[in-house]
Amino acid sequence: MTGTHVLEAHQLVKRFGEFEAVKGIDVEIDRGESFGFLGPNGAGKTSTMRMISAVSQPSGGTISIFGLDPRTHGPEIRSRLGVVPQEDSLELELSVRHNLEMFGRYFDLSRRVVRERATELLEFTQLTERANDKVDNLSGGMKRRLTIARGLMNRPEILILDEPTTGLDPQARHLLWDRLYRLKREGVTLIITTHYMDEAEQLCDRLVVMDQGSIVAEGAPRTLIEQFSTREVVELRFTTDDHEEYFDRLAPFAERVEVLPDRVLLYVNNGDDTLRDVHAAHITPTSALVRRSSLEDVFLHLTGRTLTE
Amino acid sequence: MIGSTNTDVGRSRWLRSWGYHAEYYAQTWRGSVASSVLFPILYLAALGIGVGHLVAHHHGVVDGQTYLHYIAPSLLATTTMQLGEGESLWPVLACVKWIRTYHAAATTPLEPDDILFGKLAWVATRAFVTAVLYTAIIACFGAIQSWWSLTLPFIGTLVTLAFSAPLVAYAARSQSDASFTTLYRFAFVPMFLFSATFYPLSEYPGYLRPVVQFFPLYHGVALARAAAFGQGSLVPQLGHVAVLVAMAVLGVMWGRRTMRRRLTD
Repeated sequence: MTGTHVLEAHQLVKRFGEFEAVKGIDVEIDRGESFGFLGPNGAGKTSTMRMISAVSQPSGGTISIFGLDPRTHGPEIRSRLGVVPQEDSLELELSVRHNLEMFGRYFDLSRRVVRERATELLEFTQLTERANDKVDNLSGGMKRRLTIARGLMNRPEILILDEPTTGLDPQARHLLWDRLYRLKREGVTLIITTHYMDEAEQLCDRLVVMDQGSIVAEGAPRTLIEQFSTREVVELRFTTDDHEEYFDRLAPFAERVEVLPDRVLLYVNNGDDTLRDVHAAHITPTSALVRRSSLEDVFLHLTGRTLTE
Repeated sequence: MIGSTNTDVGRSRWLRSWGYHAEYYAQTWRGSVASSVLFPILYLAALGIGVGHLVAHHHGVVDGQTYLHYIAPSLLATTTMQLGEGESLWPVLACVKWIRTYHAAATTPLEPDDILFGKLAWVATRAFVTAVLYTAIIACFGAIQSWWSLTLPFIGTLVTLAFSAPLVAYAARSQSDASFTTLYRFAFVPMFLFSATFYPLSEYPGYLRPVVQFFPLYHGVALARAAAFGQGSLVPQLGHVAVLVAMAVLGVMWGRRTMRRRLTD
């Protein structure tokens, strides 16, 4: 193993026919780190995840996981990984507990061990009371937690989560994040894809921003925000069909101005001061909001598009 | 090819996939028992006894057998064919597309080959058990007349695999189940009816006989009948076996490709 990296990818490419989903990316992930791939749908995140899960073959470039090559050591690598795919892919006809125990048997764990671990993980994911229910009857958040429990049955060194909270309500998301923090504290390396910037900011020590198959920025969430955005953002909405017409009038007030279909963003250091100046100049938005810069702003700055577009 | 070096030691990986299917069946078997054992008995009773009386009135015997005895072995072949069909189309499409449990399995040490072999081994296991039960049942009806009948469970398993292997391969590359119903309507049902299942090949008009002999099920029916009655010379039987083995082998080869593509692309 090279240094402390549990995973290294160089010039990684994934092609589907003519279409290049991943265009030569470089990633190095440390043991114990929680690492994110942030980008909109279609940025190539899932293709990347499937390659670093040692499931799909790269079309070009190299990967090394635990210092091993997935082309020759796929089963061994996968025996040390946990994967939480985008779709839960649970056995709907079976009970919660059977889902865990049967999956654990894929890793050749004994019946006694899978029983113990299932009990433990049901507790961890707060599903103990539903252990004997059919999965079909669970809520979306519970199914997601069960999928995470399933990914932990082999006590993985790396847990790979593809869009872990997409489609969940805020409460379910926070419960899930809480469980992921605990895993991180226990030393599990987390690799997460998400198109939610708040999730990336909450969970990731370090992340790459992906767009159209390439990495456009890399760093800690705070560092990226400092590097690519101002401290604060003023969001202004006007009664107009085209916010573009306000660009010229607002440009002098900010370091940078972004016009979105429904609002104008002013990138500034002190939002309240700017807002006061704007009002003083007799520009009257229908609504105004001052907030701190986020990864969303970083993405907008780097690509000219929003994450959820 | 991913994973040519097996460093994940322990129980063979395809066996874990087999075990998963077995466990799944143990949890959910209640719904499927009727179709695998009860239906053939109903067929046997309705046709063998009912039509059998009619046949007895007009011809007495078919190929030296009462009608009930005549159709009993062929129903073993059709039952095992239907098992192969039923286990291989919708269930596999569900695993690779609708619920994606094979994709989940592909994130474990299992390789696509392991998932495929485990599945086929499980279908074969079910076929064998079904064929043993069925052989016992037709023995009760007196349709077993030779020691060759001991090969009936193997013949049944072979018929199942001859259908299951290519159909699993086909389902693994399908995007929807639209074509499955067509297969049933235009391939499986006609094959069930016209594979010399209910009357001998000699009853078909001459120009149709090659068509009948082209049906894979025909070879299963002929083989099962020869084994039950201990009739016919060995060489044609080896020919029937060869056809069924070839289907199974080609199906496995195709399935290795489609499964790998589906799960690792």
